[in-house]
Amino acid sequence: MSVDIASLGSILPHVVKPARYTGGEWNSVVKDWDQTPIKVALAYPDVYEVGMSNLALMILYDILNSQEDVLAERVYTPWVDMEQAMRTSGIPLYSLETRHPLHEFDIVGFTLPYELNYTNVLTMLDLGRIPLLAEERDDSHPLVIGGGTGTYNPEPLAPFFDLLVVGEGEEIILELLQLYRECGSNKNQYLTRAAQLDGVYVPSLYEVTYSDDGTVREVSPTHPSARPVVTKRIVDTLPPAPTRVVVPFVEAVHDRATIEIQRGCTQGCRFCQAGMIYRPLRQRPLEEILTTADQLLAATGYEELALVSLSSCNYVGIEHLVEQLLNRHGPSYTSISLPSLRMDSFSLRLAGMFQGRHKTGLTFAPEAGSDRLRQVINKIISHEEILGTAAAAYESGWDRIKLYFLIGLPTETMEDVEAIADLVKQVFSIGRRARGNRAQLSVSVSTFIPKPHTPFQWSPLEQSESLEEKHHLLRRLIRGRGLKLNWNDPQTSVLEAAFSRGDRRLSQVILDAWRRGARFDAWSEALDVQRWWDAFASQGLDPAFYAHRRRPLEETLPWDHISTGVSKEFLVAEYHRSLQGEITFDCREGQCQTCGILETFPRDAEAMRRARWGCVGTQRGAG
Amino acid sequence: MRPGTEQTQRLRVTFAKEEEVKYISHLDLMRLWERALRRAEVPLLHSQGYNPRPKISFASPLAVGITGQREMMDVMLERPLAPLDFASAVNRQLPVGVTLVEVQEVYATLPALQTQVQGAEYLATVAVGEDARQLEERITSLLGSDQLPRQRRGKEYDLRPLLEQVWLETQEVGHYVLGIRLRAGDQGTGRPDEVLDELGLADQVKSITRTRLYFSPAGEE
Repeated sequence: MSVDIASLGSILPHVVKPARYTGGEWNSVVKDWDQTPIKVALAYPDVYEVGMSNLALMILYDILNSQEDVLAERVYTPWVDMEQAMRTSGIPLYSLETRHPLHEFDIVGFTLPYELNYTNVLTMLDLGRIPLLAEERDDSHPLVIGGGTGTYNPEPLAPFFDLLVVGEGEEIILELLQLYRECGSNKNQYLTRAAQLDGVYVPSLYEVTYSDDGTVREVSPTHPSARPVVTKRIVDTLPPAPTRVVVPFVEAVHDRATIEIQRGCTQGCRFCQAGMIYRPLRQRPLEEILTTADQLLAATGYEELALVSLSSCNYVGIEHLVEQLLNRHGPSYTSISLPSLRMDSFSLRLAGMFQGRHKTGLTFAPEAGSDRLRQVINKIISHEEILGTAAAAYESGWDRIKLYFLIGLPTETMEDVEAIADLVKQVFSIGRRARGNRAQLSVSVSTFIPKPHTPFQWSPLEQSESLEEKHHLLRRLIRGRGLKLNWNDPQTSVLEAAFSRGDRRLSQVILDAWRRGARFDAWSEALDVQRWWDAFASQGLDPAFYAHRRRPLEETLPWDHISTGVSKEFLVAEYHRSLQGEITFDCREGQCQTCGILETFPRDAEAMRRARWGCVGTQRGAG
Repeated sequence: MRPGTEQTQRLRVTFAKEEEVKYISHLDLMRLWERALRRAEVPLLHSQGYNPRPKISFASPLAVGITGQREMMDVMLERPLAPLDFASAVNRQLPVGVTLVEVQEVYATLPALQTQVQGAEYLATVAVGEDARQLEERITSLLGSDQLPRQRRGKEYDLRPLLEQVWLETQEVGHYVLGIRLRAGDQGTGRPDEVLDELGLADQVKSITRTRLYFSPAGEE
């Protein structure tokens, strides 16, 4: 039975941003609950404004609601005030479209974008009156499934989910639905059959064993249908992008129309998980983007269109695309934005095109301060190029530049950190010369967190003390009018590092911390790290074991049974090359770097050309 | 307004903000309107400068949780459009809970709508907690007081000069409906929930609606 609006009337006036919880947004799809056989809740484990900025959820919403016998409704994590109010009033977590409690859905699908919102998954299940552990649920409970970046190391969340999808969801979601139509009411049968599909991981069908030193010995199937290694799913060609997307009332974090212009990245930055796990590169045809933009803007009324991808400047024909979009939508005062710019003159020219006279600011990511360290991480840009681009930017009218850096990178020394400050000062003095007192430079320093399936997956997270020292040095060196420095809290980095490379035992820590009150751990105003240290201690586990330990190359990693298509041999080779300071060129600029994608998903040259893969295809199976 | 463009037009739009959208804030409502008008492809006039914004101005923000029956805004267009054509294009683009009530063309040279607002009338539905006579006595005593010192966001202020009238509109089974007339504008804007709080009814309020805005003589209403 749906949650009665009158009972909400007594709590909504007392919570922050109550429109987060009322739905009714433009383009939201409200189907007849009683007449629609299969009911899916799409859940995002963060607040509404963050969740509404997520493109993946909108793609699935579109695909599911286009099925006649399926309804898909959205649900986000209530902020702590709303959770409290709901518990006090006995109101279960409900969907925005028809306000049905989560436990009344057939399938609850979570997208898992970030380690620090894992406790929110538990809040949502619990408030939705669904038992937290898969083993506590029976056929009367919804099927709880998950997808997204978090499933590339599914272990810390494994016991909470019936099924996890590794990779891209557009096709597998329809296969899982078809299976649900066939045997959905019988969970055992459903899960054993689903485990045979490519990209599906059913945690309950695997057993984890540990060695005496606490490392994972093996993650192995306990059922004949479960595959020893689950390989991610990909789509050959990007499916059409959704155009009738929900327009939020409450301002979303990214409150704009978004088109994914390509998926995957070939630059090969060694610290970047997205760059490794979303391969291969697939480009959406220019004509399709133009048509999609027309429909999307007409259906939403958005005043800004963002062209997103991991490296939009690498889109072949990007200049032509931006020009066409400006011609078509500029007259109706629609602005175009490109969130990821390279530090070169081409990107500047592009930014000049879409920012026009309104030069709001430019953001670049040199990532490291010295040429040496940039070679280690394979961020191929020289000191001279950075200065040259900065000079050209200030000289052509931008007052405000923002630079992103990482600290704690493998092999980093104090000299490398000083090099950040030197670079910042040089850029700023260029800015001063060109723009006088109007020049501004903001510097954002994040902690490097080693992620699974990257060449740095064996590297330790740097100790908090030495990170503090580096922060301190930067704070001392980077100061003055017009200069701004931001950094993040090393404590949250420890948590993020532990969970990104954790094993199945960490699920107990998550559960324990959640019971101690952990909520919204990605939000500094809600995070209480002490709860986490207590939870680790009570489970007899040490966060440092997961976060700060250098792992031997031969150690079984908790995610070794998950394959991204990029081979472990390639990651090992890249790791060695990084320590030698050897760079690996973007495969589109030269030859295939044999990352393994083509062996995992073999395609001939013609098929790749048709699907617009970025692979140069000099490899086996590529004609 | 763009120099040399005599063709611009100002439309005064009266709309209702109903139950379904009463929890969205004023800023959210502004965005909602801008996007609905863009979807309707009406020729919005934009401000000049580096960051052109559509020229839409609202008479008076409505507090979160309160519905409005006759909310008003002025929309500037870069070329004339018949009010009826505007209404039919826009109507199709409005989410449930936002309804057009009236669209009329007004002189583009009139002063800004928000400068003309003098006050507003509200109706509050309150659960019955006492008999009508007691309530009326409390209303009389409230209106008889010289000042009503209150705090809003930590600042001291006097509600009394903002309060023009309170009356018992109807008395029905299970609830009363109270009428409240409050000043709005440069000298401050009175809030109906604060009046209800002064009457000791804060916990009994079931709903509040703003029935109309009233304007200085130069205005339209």
